[in-house]
Amino acid sequence: MPDQPRVALFVTCLVDLFRPSVGLAAVELLEAAGCRVEVPEPQVCCGQPAFNSGDRATTEAIARQFIPALEPYDFVVAPSGSCAGMLRTHLPELFDSDPAWKARATALAGRCHELVSFLVDVVGFEGLPARLEARATYHDSCSGLRELGIKAQPRKLLAGVAGLELVEMGRPEVCCGFGGTFCVKYPEISTRMVDDKLADAEATGAELLLAGDLGCLLNMAGRAARQGSRLAVRHVAEVLAGKLEEPPIAAPREKG
Amino acid sequence: MEPTSLTFRERAAAALEDPVLRTALRRLESGWQQGRARAAAALPEFEALRDAGVAIKDHVLAHLDLYLEIFERRFTEAGGVVHWARDAAEARAIALEICRKAGAKTVTKSKSMVAEEIGLNAFLEANGLRVVETDLGEYIVQLAGEVPSHLVGPAVHMTRERIAELFARHHGGPPKQESAELVAEARRILRERYLEAEVGITGANFLVAETGSIVTVTNEGNAELTQGLPRVHLVITGIEKVVPTVEDAFTLLRLLARSATGQEFSGYTTFLTGPARPDERDGPRKMHLILLDNGRSAMVGGPFREMLRCIRCGACMNHCPVYLAAGGHAYGWVYVGPMGSVLTPQFAGLERTWTLPTASTFCGRCQEVCPVRIPLPKLMRLWREEAHRRHLPPPVARYGLAAWAFLARRPALYRLATRLAIAGLGLLGRRRGRFSRLPLAAGWTASRDLPAPAGVTFHRLWKARRRNHA
Amino acid sequence: MSEARSAILARLRAGLARPPRSEAEAAAEVARRLAEPRPGPIPARARVAGAERVALFTRMAESVGAEVRRLPEPSAIRAALLDFLRRHNLPAKIVRAADPLLDAAGLEAEPLLEIRTGVPEEPDPVGLTVALAGIAETGTLLLASAGARPTLLAFLPETSIVVLPTAAVFGSYEEAWAGLRGRPGFPPRSVNLVTGPSRTGDIPPSIELGAHGPRRLLVLLVDQAPAAEA
Repeated sequence: MPDQPRVALFVTCLVDLFRPSVGLAAVELLEAAGCRVEVPEPQVCCGQPAFNSGDRATTEAIARQFIPALEPYDFVVAPSGSCAGMLRTHLPELFDSDPAWKARATALAGRCHELVSFLVDVVGFEGLPARLEARATYHDSCSGLRELGIKAQPRKLLAGVAGLELVEMGRPEVCCGFGGTFCVKYPEISTRMVDDKLADAEATGAELLLAGDLGCLLNMAGRAARQGSRLAVRHVAEVLAGKLEEPPIAAPREKG
Repeated sequence: MEPTSLTFRERAAAALEDPVLRTALRRLESGWQQGRARAAAALPEFEALRDAGVAIKDHVLAHLDLYLEIFERRFTEAGGVVHWARDAAEARAIALEICRKAGAKTVTKSKSMVAEEIGLNAFLEANGLRVVETDLGEYIVQLAGEVPSHLVGPAVHMTRERIAELFARHHGGPPKQESAELVAEARRILRERYLEAEVGITGANFLVAETGSIVTVTNEGNAELTQGLPRVHLVITGIEKVVPTVEDAFTLLRLLARSATGQEFSGYTTFLTGPARPDERDGPRKMHLILLDNGRSAMVGGPFREMLRCIRCGACMNHCPVYLAAGGHAYGWVYVGPMGSVLTPQFAGLERTWTLPTASTFCGRCQEVCPVRIPLPKLMRLWREEAHRRHLPPPVARYGLAAWAFLARRPALYRLATRLAIAGLGLLGRRRGRFSRLPLAAGWTASRDLPAPAGVTFHRLWKARRRNHA
Repeated sequence: MSEARSAILARLRAGLARPPRSEAEAAAEVARRLAEPRPGPIPARARVAGAERVALFTRMAESVGAEVRRLPEPSAIRAALLDFLRRHNLPAKIVRAADPLLDAAGLEAEPLLEIRTGVPEEPDPVGLTVALAGIAETGTLLLASAGARPTLLAFLPETSIVVLPTAAVFGSYEEAWAGLRGRPGFPPRSVNLVTGPSRTGDIPPSIELGAHGPRRLLVLLVDQAPAAEA
């Protein structure tokens, strides 16, 4: 590995639009871990909305657009298990009938990582001296957990946050009901799933609910806000970077 | 059976408000889901068995024509008669003909999903036969005039009270209170049916090419009485069920019960090779087998081939958060849960069922627990692609996707458009930090607030930072 | 051969699209596989011997609701039967298999027993037969049909009693099955692997025994007994 790996931050569309603080936290963590971080311009989205809607042509067109921009880097890192899963596991599938592009996609896919697993598994990052007095619980987002095997890494880094007590849910691995467009196509089922998830989180006595995927976080925070739950919801990168100036997701930004 | 899968969302929504169903589905979660976890943990070789199971099934599927021919030969040598059926109608006609030739008035039947797939009961009944289900769950569902809601537990959606009511109505007498009394009553009634039936129909979990045997698996022992008492035994199963050897069947059997209910082994596993031998005084005098294709041969060489590995254990549904919310009947056809969302479009036509593969968050738990590692999310995605190609989803979904795709493929325009939209939304949502209602977002805001964006995109912030650092 | 048969096989071959020259190879591979059946992964748990194997069989069978008794020799069967029937308050009326091992038990000499040999009928309360093997891995009995051993003996009556020579307890299903291969008439018409009494979970909330098959299962492990014939 190069002394100072060049990392392209794949910021993800949801972080870009809804929660830039997660992107800034990711940059901070990556730089603290000794990486040189850049954000190549033509990235918009990993293509999942089209991919999971069965629109392969659009997915492929989007991929052809960002692959050349990401290729020059040692690594591509996304603060999301589901986008990283798209890049790492599904990108090569898109080019089954185009050997040249398939080779490029496969080579790139092997260098794509989710943020927290990259920090722990690839660069051996030990964490920043962050501090947060809170009782927190962690939701394992499905793609990160099952496509990328992310389970121990966030817990390892969270254990290094002074003052933070991590309490496990009864069923941290059950889906929160987001599922991309699923949550708007099947709102009734999705709502039941997120209610079960929030009940599980609340039962731990935690005041802070963490996860590594903004889709799940928007879903859980949005439902928690609607229910008037006392749970604060945040992306794990914000806590690890100690970047907590931004209020929790769906919380008021200005007083009064 | 006509699929009603296009109304999945409405049926699921209704199911969510049904307190009886909620209790029943929670029981599945605590029972079979945890049972599987315990059984898998108790067997260090479980993952190796899964790999071996995959290898057996893949090998068979790559040589399915050869194994079917060998199986047919051995089954025939043992004295059985094989019938091939291209589709449901052919299979039904063959079954009726066999029943007629046997002079049957009453037919007993052990649980068979293939029989459900071809709508056998209704057809035989329309032709004047009395068909009696003997698997207790299936019998209950039959009395209620319903269809199974689960692959392994057809009546998982039922409560004891409802079953007691059904039994009282159909059997007479006051409703019983205890499960044991109800089981005893069913036992007594079904005994009479077993003894009067002229034909017994079963499915098959496996067909063994080496010996020409069919394998049935039950916990109640109903398959053995169904095939053991009448003069004629009719087996109906799909062509994908063949395995090479008895050893291969044992490997898959080690996976089956553990994945299904968390049992180490099912109560009764029976290998049957032909009808009664000359010196035997029990057992059927005739044994028939209907091998059903119904779309399976088209899957063998195509993208859905892996689905033919399925051993019908039901683990995918036991672990599926969507199934556990919606219940089986929401799926609107015979096969339910994730495996149903892949099989139903194949068997019942995508036009009438394209919604099923969309009813998944792709959380991946089904694939994680599938004993033969079927990539169910991938296969559901393939159906979504086919539906997209055929323009089956409603125009509004297509236009939404097309509009997003238009922007996503033009980064500069995308940046401008999102910058403006996010600035606007950020301003509007600044005070509360969330929206309770928003045009075009009703699917989200009906039950959730939409967290307000910060008001400035990451890309703007990043540019600003770069300028400051430069 | 039927039209449906050729159509299905043709569709399979078209789908599989094996190149013509690999047809022979494919057929040879299939033939090889069938000629030499290979066991899959056998759980380590099943690889036990001697007393440990019998103990595992007993423990597993009991864990699924069977009652297991160990007897020194066939002549002890009679007393064990009577004791079991008395304890469960069952009528002393038995239908049994015409098996030499049961002949050796001398049951007909017992004045308290009403005993018949042959196929059970409704409502015969107790069936008595002999298992060809026991499988320690899951406490499973391997029964095989024969003219002298009607299958229904272990399914129709409410109580099933099965005699199993201790020497016929194997570790795994595969070992038990290997013992059948090569015997005359192999495979028997019906091979029943029985693990505990009949059960159902279809009427919540409990698991109930005796859904269709036997409500009770007694296994008599007999030490000084030759293994049964196929």
